[in-house]
Amino acid sequence: MAITEQFKNELRELIARYPEPRSALLPMLHLVQSVEGYITQAGIEVCAAEVGLTTAEVSAVASFYTMFKRYPVGKHHLGVCVNSMCALKGGDAIWNRISSDLGIGHDETTADGQITLERIECQAACTHAPVMTANWEFMDDMDETKAVKLVSDLQAGVEVRSTRGPKIRTFKEVSRTIAGFDDGEVDEPAIDDAMLVGLRAAKKEGN
Amino acid sequence: MTKLVPNLSAHWDEADSHTLTGYQRHGGYTAMKKAFELGEDGVIAEVKESGLRGRGGAGFPTGMKWGFVPQGDGKPHYLVVNADESEPGACKDIPLMMLNPHSLIEGVIIAAYAIRANYAFIYIRGETPHPIRRVRQAVAAAYEAKLLGKNILGTGFDLEVVVHSGAGAYICGEETALLDSLEGRRGQPRLKPPFPAVAGLYASPTVVNNVETVASVPAIIKNGAAWYKSFGTEKSPGIKLFAVSGDVLRPGIFEAPLGITMRELINYAGGMVSDRPVKFFVPGGSSVPLLTPEHLDVPLTYEDMAAHGTMLGTGTPMVFDTSRSVTKAVVRWIEFYKHESCGKCTPCREGTYFMVDILKRLEKGKGELADLDLLVDISAQISGRSFCALGDAAATPIPAALKYFREEFESKLVGAK
Repeated sequence: MAITEQFKNELRELIARYPEPRSALLPMLHLVQSVEGYITQAGIEVCAAEVGLTTAEVSAVASFYTMFKRYPVGKHHLGVCVNSMCALKGGDAIWNRISSDLGIGHDETTADGQITLERIECQAACTHAPVMTANWEFMDDMDETKAVKLVSDLQAGVEVRSTRGPKIRTFKEVSRTIAGFDDGEVDEPAIDDAMLVGLRAAKKEGN
Repeated sequence: MTKLVPNLSAHWDEADSHTLTGYQRHGGYTAMKKAFELGEDGVIAEVKESGLRGRGGAGFPTGMKWGFVPQGDGKPHYLVVNADESEPGACKDIPLMMLNPHSLIEGVIIAAYAIRANYAFIYIRGETPHPIRRVRQAVAAAYEAKLLGKNILGTGFDLEVVVHSGAGAYICGEETALLDSLEGRRGQPRLKPPFPAVAGLYASPTVVNNVETVASVPAIIKNGAAWYKSFGTEKSPGIKLFAVSGDVLRPGIFEAPLGITMRELINYAGGMVSDRPVKFFVPGGSSVPLLTPEHLDVPLTYEDMAAHGTMLGTGTPMVFDTSRSVTKAVVRWIEFYKHESCGKCTPCREGTYFMVDILKRLEKGKGELADLDLLVDISAQISGRSFCALGDAAATPIPAALKYFREEFESKLVGAK
């Protein structure tokens, strides 16, 4: 692992953004995942030391949030929304297919460490149901065929792009983005037909 | 026919709608100058006059919320934007942050100025990296243009804005749980009172507002409360982002005056996706009771929804056609609340667990008639008996589903044909 001085400096950079050090804890834990791949004991110790908490207090926080993982996450994290709208519109079929293809269930990782699969709750993209996430980037309007291709492309190292956003990198890399560090992907287009259907209808009416 | 009114979404078809240049091309960051001329209390008065109500689900009058913050108390004040959109069905704040983040930042400046806050936080759902990127970029651009930071536009007003990421907990959309989470703790709700306006973040006066609420403020200040009130109804004034999902031809975002009907929204969405008609719809996220085709012409306002036993909620209707199973939809919603219950209050923690058990039994055809009464009973035991609205929300789907679709539930009981 990689708890380096540079890593500690980045933790301190996060702390410096807030009036109270402890407020930085969630972003700090995301940053731990960006180097460790999950929340390790070493990661908990360094966070505790930096914000002046006990390791028990930091563990208590980390264990509350579903994005913080207690076991190593694969190179890629795939989510399949199985909340009502997505499940009914095909999310269940997608889940069954790729769970069966990969031979893993919820919160499990393939033996080669490539892919972790998670049944996720509503991803705030119901207009694009059924939805998947690839390292938390939106994969909208999915179906079984697209899901199978997504998995095989990621496994083969073929470039995959989010349907509303940047190219899919790795779980570790996106964890750094979520922690609050720039990655140069911000201008990747986030627009699609569903976002514009209302505006187009309004313009057609002359509003 | 109610006309659509693109306001926050008016320029989403421009490739740079998320940039400072794109926002300023259409008069962005002029409302804040007008706000500084109105003065802090003048801004609060204007927002009160506009009738703007919270767009995160509860519909509380925004100006009144701002007015609750004690002034001259010598404590720091905080503005916190709730950008933790995770309610099943709700999908309006995420696109707004991706496609028009500067409307949010300008709203933050005006709102923070009004409540005399020199620190603002935007708490964004952790599972959505692209909105995080876009809002971070917008904040950085605003700093660079000296619209944030020290002595903004020479007014003597200072404002620091921090973009914060959550880590996967729906409960953090509840304002007091959000504050605990922002303090680096487990996201569990606090007992109210004291309300955040008095003792919020770091035990100081805090306003927590939804993304769409805050982003609506610049247009209100720029065009005036009278303009905003010219849309909608007396009790539900203004414009709203409606996100329509489900079995319509073109699911998407529609910005319209409050009072538009579900039938009109479905028409704008190109009608139903097939020749199957509407079976049921949920007007404002899974936390509000569902409605049926007889309600398609009820105006989508706070008061009309309440009169029909439901709520406007987040204003993000989910539409289901006759091919869809209401029992399956309900199971998944209750499973969601079970998963997201923070575990603090027994009725919510245990009640959601038992409801999922019973519903799964029903789905397998192993339920008894008494199970239906038990589901209603558990819902009643949860409602009003938990610290926060998550418990109340978990108690919501079953009574309405049973009221309108009892036969479908009964058809799944042991011995049913």
